[in-house]
Amino acid sequence: MAGAIGSGRQTPAAPFAIELKGISKAFGPVQANKDISIQVAKGSIHGIIGENGAGKSTLMSILYGFYKADSGEILINGRPTSIPDSQSAIRAGIGMVFQHFKLVQNFTVLENIILGAEDGAMLAPSLSKARRVLDQLSREYELDVDPDALIEDLSVGHQQRVEILKALYRQAEILILDEPTGVLTPAEADHLFRILNGLKDQGKTVILITHKLREIMEITDTVSVMRRGQMTATVKTAETSPEQLAELMVGRKVLLQVEKQPANPGRTVLEVENLRVVDEHGVERLKGINLHIRAGEILGIAGVAGNGQSELLEVLGGIDHGTGTIRINGKELDLTGKHSDGQSRRADGIAHVPEDRQVLGLIMDFTAWENVAFGYHHAPEYQKNALLMDNAAIRADCEAKMATFDVRPPIPTLAAKNFSGGNQQKIVVAREIERNPDLLLVGQPTRGVDIGAIEFIHKQIVALRDAGKAVLLVSVELDEIMSLSDRIAVMFDGRIMGERDPATTNERELGLLMAGVAEGGAA
Amino acid sequence: MNSLPKWADVVLVPLISLILAALVSALVLLAIGQSPMQALTVMVKGALMSPQGWGYTLYYATSFIFTGLAVTVAYHAGLFNIGAEGQAQLGGLGVALCCLMLPWPHWSLALIGAMVAAAVFGAAWAAVPAYLQAKRGSHIVITTIMFNYIAAALMIWLLVDFLRPPTSMDPASARFPATVSLPHFHQLPFISDFFLRYTPDGQVRLNPAGEPMYQKVPANISFFLAILACVGTWVLLWHTRLGYMIRAFGKSEKAARYAGISAVKITIVTMLISGALAGLMAINNVMGQAERLLQNSAEGAGFIGIAVALMGRNHPVGVFLAAILFGFLYQGGAALGLETTIPIELRIVVQGLVILFTGALDQMVRMMLGFAFRARRA
Repeated sequence: MAGAIGSGRQTPAAPFAIELKGISKAFGPVQANKDISIQVAKGSIHGIIGENGAGKSTLMSILYGFYKADSGEILINGRPTSIPDSQSAIRAGIGMVFQHFKLVQNFTVLENIILGAEDGAMLAPSLSKARRVLDQLSREYELDVDPDALIEDLSVGHQQRVEILKALYRQAEILILDEPTGVLTPAEADHLFRILNGLKDQGKTVILITHKLREIMEITDTVSVMRRGQMTATVKTAETSPEQLAELMVGRKVLLQVEKQPANPGRTVLEVENLRVVDEHGVERLKGINLHIRAGEILGIAGVAGNGQSELLEVLGGIDHGTGTIRINGKELDLTGKHSDGQSRRADGIAHVPEDRQVLGLIMDFTAWENVAFGYHHAPEYQKNALLMDNAAIRADCEAKMATFDVRPPIPTLAAKNFSGGNQQKIVVAREIERNPDLLLVGQPTRGVDIGAIEFIHKQIVALRDAGKAVLLVSVELDEIMSLSDRIAVMFDGRIMGERDPATTNERELGLLMAGVAEGGAA
Repeated sequence: MNSLPKWADVVLVPLISLILAALVSALVLLAIGQSPMQALTVMVKGALMSPQGWGYTLYYATSFIFTGLAVTVAYHAGLFNIGAEGQAQLGGLGVALCCLMLPWPHWSLALIGAMVAAAVFGAAWAAVPAYLQAKRGSHIVITTIMFNYIAAALMIWLLVDFLRPPTSMDPASARFPATVSLPHFHQLPFISDFFLRYTPDGQVRLNPAGEPMYQKVPANISFFLAILACVGTWVLLWHTRLGYMIRAFGKSEKAARYAGISAVKITIVTMLISGALAGLMAINNVMGQAERLLQNSAEGAGFIGIAVALMGRNHPVGVFLAAILFGFLYQGGAALGLETTIPIELRIVVQGLVILFTGALDQMVRMMLGFAFRARRA
């Protein structure tokens, strides 16, 4: 390397790690990327932010050789590079960590790391080499993972580290991460950011794709904003603000804080006493939950994913069963599942926006109008007579809901899978809220939803509260819990660790409760 | 995969698959020293170019429509009913018992009774696998296959030990009384004229009593029942609450649970409907054609139903068209055996290739088309 010094390089200044010039890519009539130019300095963390469908993923897929750009040029370290496939991307020193990990679940960490990068037909030399490299990498970057653990036994955060290790093992100098924190707890996200900073200090270049403003502000050096396939701005992070970025993303001013009047709670709608749930493996997931919600109030459940929030929603929604007592408007609900299901819960005035809209809330292959009737397919207004459903009436209702909730495109015959995440969620929220339930269960209402739609969905939830309904909000986004809730309960390990007033609490206090640390010492 | 326009998916993919199957069949024919063109001509002539040919083609198609619909209904609930064969045989038992045990004054009443019996027996045979799937999680593919074998054994036992007339050597039931005989195409108003027999000089052939004589064909009024069944299946799946729940459950069991759709109920009800449709096939072959219950009465139509449903994209219209195609293959294949030296087994080869290409390999065709469409757009 020393010989390179003074050997007559053309560019006096250090070239950019990545430079894209005029990249365009169209899919049929859809222009996914329009004349995109971007420069990423070596040894920096560069954020790319934009709403769902803004073209971020397409751009990164071009960079990783999944798509070929219609026009434009890619320069890596100042040299024009053609990237026809992912192998060439890897050779050019680009590593990619996808949103959905590409790991073999029943392989060990080591086996996954050498997969596709084996040195020969026999695995033993590759494995021992990988073990050495891994050992060194994990010491260098806080990337500690047990090399012999099976992927399926690892937490999501650790699986992500394996993905990063995979890229580093292939000697990536440029690391692209696509929505890396979507699946992480706040603590895991912090750890990831420490890793990324460590990589930066070693001179590696990191590109972070996200739609979360907070992450951009926290970790990036520069940030590029994409909107509708175009790069609308590239700014130094230090010189911008979340409000400005949001406006650049959406194209109009966005309210980042939810505007709401103080709650005006009335009679008690929901009472839960000593609720317990045991899963199919015999593990107790809810260990005696007590809570109540009054009319006109939003109770937020904060907590790291997997601490029983899903089970709580599912028992209340009639999907799961448990023991204990649940009363709604004074009426005791059946928890055994023998005399109750999703239908009887709806009849009892409970509407449910499930945590995973793609798995529970929608039938992705069904059209939008079919999904509008989903769960309410017994509703009298959807029936023509005793035998036939009134498909025309459902379609008309779908059109009306799409108009009220600004679902785009407003085409009832389009399959649910062809809507963006935000619009899918609007369909679910419209369906559940328009039933005017006494109790609305909402799980992760804005997961994978773009900023414009988040604002809208939050407004709808608050409007339902102001109409005197009870709302149970479960979210792993602490911001969302803090800004929407009238009371916050924190769940940890199937228990409620404590309740806080959002006006007087702070993230640190909630974070401690989420980690299972109760006041006055460990739980 | 999603980039394929709907018309290509519905029309182009089956068409290309068929052409591929035909091409490979032609190669097979060439390999055994036969002329593919001659074979095609004979098949088309034998199955489609005469009213009599259609009288057979539509007879076979009728059976395939029922079993194809049976597979289709189950498919929409995410259940793979391989047991249409056994269910159709049990349907035949229902028809036979109904026709032999009760004194029917007229075929129309017997038809209603036999339909009920066929549907109930077919449904009952599907009920056990359905229950095992719904309550015990025993996979329906395995249990329905096993029930085909049980049905075959059961039928032999019943035919030999109970239903066989005392003097008969044949493992078959007694002939049904003439009063329950269903009208065939050559006996139906409006269409019977197509089946008139002519003397060489162009005169209608008359019997000694002076009445016109007809060419007898096996196609009978069950064909119209099959069309009704297609319409009924379409209404059921896309216009009733039950159909909505069946399709929702078939697409996502988890989401169905969220919506309060009972997995147990839908699995059992769907399989009962599926089994009933398969059982109804017996109206065509047992009551309409054989007029007695034979051993192995379904003759593989239950399995053809799987191919028909696959090729028909699990839509009643597609099932109808695919059933006619397979009817053509059956009748055309028989013509091959009669009029050429091509062995009749070749019919099975051709059917196998059609099933292979339209069923198993259509994903391949779809992929290639996908590339073609994308290349055109890029």
